[in-house]
Amino acid sequence: MPDTISIDLTVNGVACTGSAEARRSLVDFLRIDLGLTGTHVGCEHGVCGACTVLLNGRTVRSCLLFAVQVRGAEIVTIEGLSKSGPLHPLQQAFQEHHALQCGFCTPGMILAALELLKENPAPSEEEIRVGLAGNLCMCTGYVNIVRAVKAAAEAMAPGRGGIPE
Amino acid sequence: MKPAPFTYFAPQSVSEALALLREHGEGAKVLAGGQSLVPLMNFRLVRPQVLIDINGLSELASLAVSDGGVTAGALVRQWELERSSEVARRLPILSEAIRFVGHPAIRNRGTVGGSLVHADPAAELPVVAVALAAEFQLQSAQGSRSLQAHEFYTGYLSTAIASDELLVKIHLPFSPPNTGWCFTEIARRQGDFALVAVALLLGFNGNGSVSFARIALGGIGGVPVRAGTAEESLLGKRPSETLFREAAQVAAQGLEPENDIHASAAYRRHIAEVLVRRALETARTRSGSLSGFGFEASMRKDRDA
Repeated sequence: MPDTISIDLTVNGVACTGSAEARRSLVDFLRIDLGLTGTHVGCEHGVCGACTVLLNGRTVRSCLLFAVQVRGAEIVTIEGLSKSGPLHPLQQAFQEHHALQCGFCTPGMILAALELLKENPAPSEEEIRVGLAGNLCMCTGYVNIVRAVKAAAEAMAPGRGGIPE
Repeated sequence: MKPAPFTYFAPQSVSEALALLREHGEGAKVLAGGQSLVPLMNFRLVRPQVLIDINGLSELASLAVSDGGVTAGALVRQWELERSSEVARRLPILSEAIRFVGHPAIRNRGTVGGSLVHADPAAELPVVAVALAAEFQLQSAQGSRSLQAHEFYTGYLSTAIASDELLVKIHLPFSPPNTGWCFTEIARRQGDFALVAVALLLGFNGNGSVSFARIALGGIGGVPVRAGTAEESLLGKRPSETLFREAAQVAAQGLEPENDIHASAAYRRHIAEVLVRRALETARTRSGSLSGFGFEASMRKDRDA
């Protein structure tokens, strides 16, 4: 039995404990050890963006982090956006604009878009495309993804309800 | 697509990290942002027995802009450079280059030192380091030493860093006054490694002639290269369309690009020439020296051709 290391961290506001081998990636830890399968595993080498999560508020590839590295950190996954009740405006916009086909890239797309809108609340189409360039949609549904992010930016603008917690 | 097992250490001080490096030497790898190392580990192209995670070394995470230049601890994240208004004002070529590195999620985690030490010949930061003649400060349990960028890079994915050494910081000096800058590249897709990248500085003296020229190219051979002959061909001359065109040709002729799956050698040489020419014009405009000489119109013409 290989050595395991105990791992305490906060995921979507909830304190979690687990233990894993040092080589366990964060994405495998989230999916296998914590049962949070919303984060998808795509390329496993940092190219596709499917496994994007927030680490202390900033997007990271969870396939390029080992779970032992995020002890004590705060992680937000797609499950953290709308724990109960209404969808997050980004999720709502993706649904309304048919911005997902197979849905595999969607969790990563939404978290990348969330960071983009936090830093640039009214991005141009080009800024959206650059901001999401690290997230690949193999269905190539980019046109509707860009539309959805634009719509979400409008829905999240001040005076329109803002960003829900 | 899972890494081979390794023993994990997370030292909390530089001296602790150096002691681990001395103890484990060749079998150990230093983990900083992990944006290059972890993919290699996932593919099992790299199988370190020991992984020394330096993310806890806050003493390596400071970014300072002083009179002489920008000094970045090895652990400064790329996004911190990107967002620094002080860096943008004092060393704008660095801000320009950093936006070409990967994507936001990569730059959030990727470090300045990690990219420099990984030494991918098509990565942006090593090219900027060579153009600026940056100074690399290395430390080991035995002591410290500093190397110039051109001494640091020794070959494809290879540097002069010894197995018991750690890059602790890098100093990127400011350029002389009236120096224009340009970082540009061509890649297959946004965020990809460059087919060719150019980092260029062009300075002028009071009478409008070129007094300072640095042309560094990446994506060409195993290490970032300086186009020394082209630099010399510019010195003391007044800028003109012909001067820049010829300097770009000289720069491209001096290169020995390689064929690979991304681009042929001939294509790399061609885009190197075009990028150097465009970068010279951009740098001239930004130097605040002289007015244009209709170069933009001629460049548009050749882009359309």
